Amino acid sequence: MAFDVATLRKEFPTLSRELEGHRLVYLDSAASSQTPVRVLDAMDHYYRWSRSNVHRGVYPLAEEATDLYEGARSSLARFVDADPRGVVFTKNATEACNLVAYSWVRREMHPGEAILTTVMEHHANHVPFTHAANERGLEVRHIPLTSDGQLDLEAAGELLADGRVTFAAIGHVSNVLGTINDVATIADMVRSANPDAMVQVDGAQAVPHLAVSFRDLGVDFYAVTGHKMLGPTGIGALLADPDRLESMEPFLTGGDMIRDVTLEGATWNDVPQKFEAGTPMIAEAAGLAAAVDVLTELGMDAVREHEVALTTRLLDALDAMPSIEVHGPRDPQVRGGAVSFAVDGVHPHDVGAMLGSRGVCVRVGHHCTKPLMRSLGVNATVRASVYVYNDADDLPPLIDGIEAAQAFFAR
Amino acid sequence: MSMEDLYQEIILDHYRKPHNQAPTLEDEDVHVHHSNPLCGDEMDLRIRVADGRLDGLVFDGEGCSISQASASAMSDVVIGRELPDALDLAEEFRRMMHGDEPTRADDLLDAVAFQGVAKFPVRVKCALLGWMAMKDAIESHQRGATAHTVTHDEE
Repeated sequence: MAFDVATLRKEFPTLSRELEGHRLVYLDSAASSQTPVRVLDAMDHYYRWSRSNVHRGVYPLAEEATDLYEGARSSLARFVDADPRGVVFTKNATEACNLVAYSWVRREMHPGEAILTTVMEHHANHVPFTHAANERGLEVRHIPLTSDGQLDLEAAGELLADGRVTFAAIGHVSNVLGTINDVATIADMVRSANPDAMVQVDGAQAVPHLAVSFRDLGVDFYAVTGHKMLGPTGIGALLADPDRLESMEPFLTGGDMIRDVTLEGATWNDVPQKFEAGTPMIAEAAGLAAAVDVLTELGMDAVREHEVALTTRLLDALDAMPSIEVHGPRDPQVRGGAVSFAVDGVHPHDVGAMLGSRGVCVRVGHHCTKPLMRSLGVNATVRASVYVYNDADDLPPLIDGIEAAQAFFAR
Repeated sequence: MSMEDLYQEIILDHYRKPHNQAPTLEDEDVHVHHSNPLCGDEMDLRIRVADGRLDGLVFDGEGCSISQASASAMSDVVIGRELPDALDLAEEFRRMMHGDEPTRADDLLDAVAFQGVAKFPVRVKCALLGWMAMKDAIESHQRGATAHTVTHDEE
């Protein structure tokens, strides 16, 4: 069931702004999404009405705060079809990846073992694991891309053949190419080659745009971020099997994550609190729960349908320009709404400046994917990304701005 | 922001027809490679020193119009100057990028046109890329080194 974008847009105060005398055209949701009033209100309500710390207070106000925080955990768990005890709140997806790198990779992997990842990873799902690999003497193997920006699964099979891959870190949706990776199939391949291998997935670009079931994907760790799914900055989550988390050593230590503390040491709280040291992001959790409510009301199937339709129009419009080269898959069914491209003869920074001067917000640069940029043979790209509040009216200003940049910077 | 504030005609001229842009320099003394992690821009810069002066300088690489034009304007400013003088002008340009009025505006030639870039913080690093590469090349030469690679996290 489709939703009405014009009505939805009214919930986003920023979208009503004008920039440089132009209607604000926000095409950078892959970097961070806009925030609806309901999310702002939820955070405001906590600070104005239920403000207190979680978990330890015995007075009713503290119980309210705890209910807000733990309720948000349950909301997110339902949204991504995970066990709430396996939802660890983190400050973002990067921290979730680091939790895995410190509490799993550094502790459980040994020289001679290998990590399988891809050349399209965001630095968040790349640097924590290469850093750990360098410290632990682990090999890192990279699944290459096919010519249309998908993972070469045949090559992946060869990389897995010797059975030495005991950990895989794969992005669910590429923030640059838009490619939706078949992580369930890759997880099966990884475990067929080595039944003890663990699979970690970066879902930062997936959860905002696709119906994700952590249980159905059958992976071990899954990183989520709030600020790309209509939620506030400063909150994300790691999804994992609670028993797996139980077996792992903590990542950050301190208050709230302990069961008992002596002068000599400590024992750990139950999961997921064992992985949540210190006072957590309570207002942000409340905001994230409100964001989950908004997305649930829209329906993730409708969100996906809306984005496929808009991405199709965006790709068609870019394809009609002879001097544009789109990176990544052309079939909207196998990709998300982040579309990267090169404008012949104009540097991405200059394209971005021209678009910015016309109120059009796009991302230019390497998008935290330097290995992918090298693989594409570019230093940077222009990236336009669409989300629930974008509509067809957002596309002409983009296309006109690109044409203006080409005219302005013609040599 | 207006496109004209940032992209003055003088800047676009240097961008369209850069001066001293070349992949090699005969009898080069120092080669530096600088990159800007923010935008992924890369620059190779080569210098030749004779009698304490910058006898030759070329740059080459991938970059936005601001970085390429600024390097071009910089080359006109410093070629032929004594090394300490070139370093002084690099400092002068750096201060200008942080909003200071230049005290040697006449010596900065076309590089003065970049004064407006100071209003665009994310582009300051673009304008500084060539200048900082030149400064590094001279300092490398003064240390007796012949090659150097730098990634600018903070200039």
